[in-house]
Amino acid sequence: MTPSIPNPIGDFIRANVPIPELAYLINVILCICAICAVAFGSAMVLVYMERKVCAHVQCRLGPMRLGFHGTIQIVADTIKLMLKEVYATKGVDKLLFFMAPMVLLTAPFMSLTMIPFGPNLQVAEVPVAVPLIIAVNGFGILGILLGGWASNNKYSLLGSLRSGAQMISYEISYCLILLFIVMLAGSASFRDITMSQQGTIIDWWIFKAPVIGVIAFIMFLISSTAELNRAPFDIAEAEQELTGGYHTEYNGMGFAMFYLAEYINLVTTSSLATVFFFGGFLPPCIGIAAVDHILNFVPGVIWFFVKVFVMIWVYMMIRWTLVRPRVDQLMSLEWKFLLPMNLILLVLGAVFISFGWIIQ
Amino acid sequence: MDHSMKQYFKRIIQSFSFLKGFSVTVKYFFQPKRIVTEQYPENKATLKMYPRFRGRLEMVEDENGENRCTACGMCEKSCPNGSINVLPTKNIAGKKVLGKYIYRLDTCTQCGFCVETCPFGAIRMNQDFELADFDRSHFELKLNQKEGRA
Ligand code: SF4
Ligand code: SF4
Repeated sequence: MTPSIPNPIGDFIRANVPIPELAYLINVILCICAICAVAFGSAMVLVYMERKVCAHVQCRLGPMRLGFHGTIQIVADTIKLMLKEVYATKGVDKLLFFMAPMVLLTAPFMSLTMIPFGPNLQVAEVPVAVPLIIAVNGFGILGILLGGWASNNKYSLLGSLRSGAQMISYEISYCLILLFIVMLAGSASFRDITMSQQGTIIDWWIFKAPVIGVIAFIMFLISSTAELNRAPFDIAEAEQELTGGYHTEYNGMGFAMFYLAEYINLVTTSSLATVFFFGGFLPPCIGIAAVDHILNFVPGVIWFFVKVFVMIWVYMMIRWTLVRPRVDQLMSLEWKFLLPMNLILLVLGAVFISFGWIIQ
Repeated sequence: MDHSMKQYFKRIIQSFSFLKGFSVTVKYFFQPKRIVTEQYPENKATLKMYPRFRGRLEMVEDENGENRCTACGMCEKSCPNGSINVLPTKNIAGKKVLGKYIYRLDTCTQCGFCVETCPFGAIRMNQDFELADFDRSHFELKLNQKEGRA
């Protein structure tokens, strides 16, 4: 059990706990706690952030009552959700009904373990992280389909089927974009992809591959928004058409788990965007030695979360800018535009590599 | 390249108009001065309603409490909800003047027709909006303090 990355916390515990098995167990528990802290902490921040961003775009202020500018509002909301009664309506498939949110939640938690939050803050350094994340994302679709199916409600079923169709379609271009970067970076491990962007801002993949990097990023933004089921692609839960879609029949903690999964997914997807296009935990150096020295002084984990939250902000702004397309428009966007473009992009990437047009 | 292909590429290029919409939302996001909502119970002391706001109906009265109503009944006829009853009376000279101006707030929809139709500008909508009450009978109001002038 030798860690592949320098890990001061793990080493400290291994050095001080005499029994190796116990040390291993403590390390595992620490990892689980850390992942949960990131997941729940960011979800709470995001709920607040979503409400505030939405409010300011619409010339409102959003929550203002509790605490400074409504900061305690999230705590109140969480308590309210936890105190709600958990029950299943008549005729639902109880087992699947309560299992669906948990299945859905596994995907973002498993993705979180693989993301390098800092130079040595990563639970699992997986050499094939990209294929694994693509595989794990399938749990998200499964959870939504299960939830809609088990609810015994036609709107839920319709919502979940729409969502399944949407997510499976967009999964393709989402994965192709990830593979595009894997091809450029020459590795499928998040850590190697991050380290391949060392240097200045120009070395980030969005700029390093001239023009096609930016195109790839835009397409990643589109397909990941659809993958996240967020507006403008929130066809699965279109409130106006489907009364909430697959989670119509859920209440209390079941609903909260769907909600939580959505927000953790937002974090993981933004993290992916950060790792793949914006240099992960690397500081945004600009090539001037004096400035870079100061930037390097800030720990990587802070850079990582700054980039992630900027990405999340972009997702939120897109949500409040665009209107929801129809289902057929959504499908034709994926199959007629994104997928062909992605294939062209992959070929272009190969051309760029073989002709050495990647900025070194 | 046939027509549908041209259409296809045209739509791809058009999709960059997204940036226009995005610039609007970003502009709104970064301008806190644009906030149009009121923090209502907190700013009760400083809250100022807009002049166009239509609250409760009231009688225009001068400093002596005299009104300008002639009891012509135009407002009563114009009210779509029958919220107004103009009850005339006779003054000492035997002329028809306003006796009681009955206004029922609970059926009024604040449409402002009555104010529009009054030929003498005797009534107006005021700025009150905290109009809730527990007792329905409180909604039947007598607007004039004194009898009208001929
Ligand atoms: S505002 Fe409209 S509804 Fe109210 S009293 Fe006047 S005419 Fe009738
Ligand atoms: S308020 Fe105006 S319209 Fe109504 S009865 Fe008096 S004068 Fe006539």
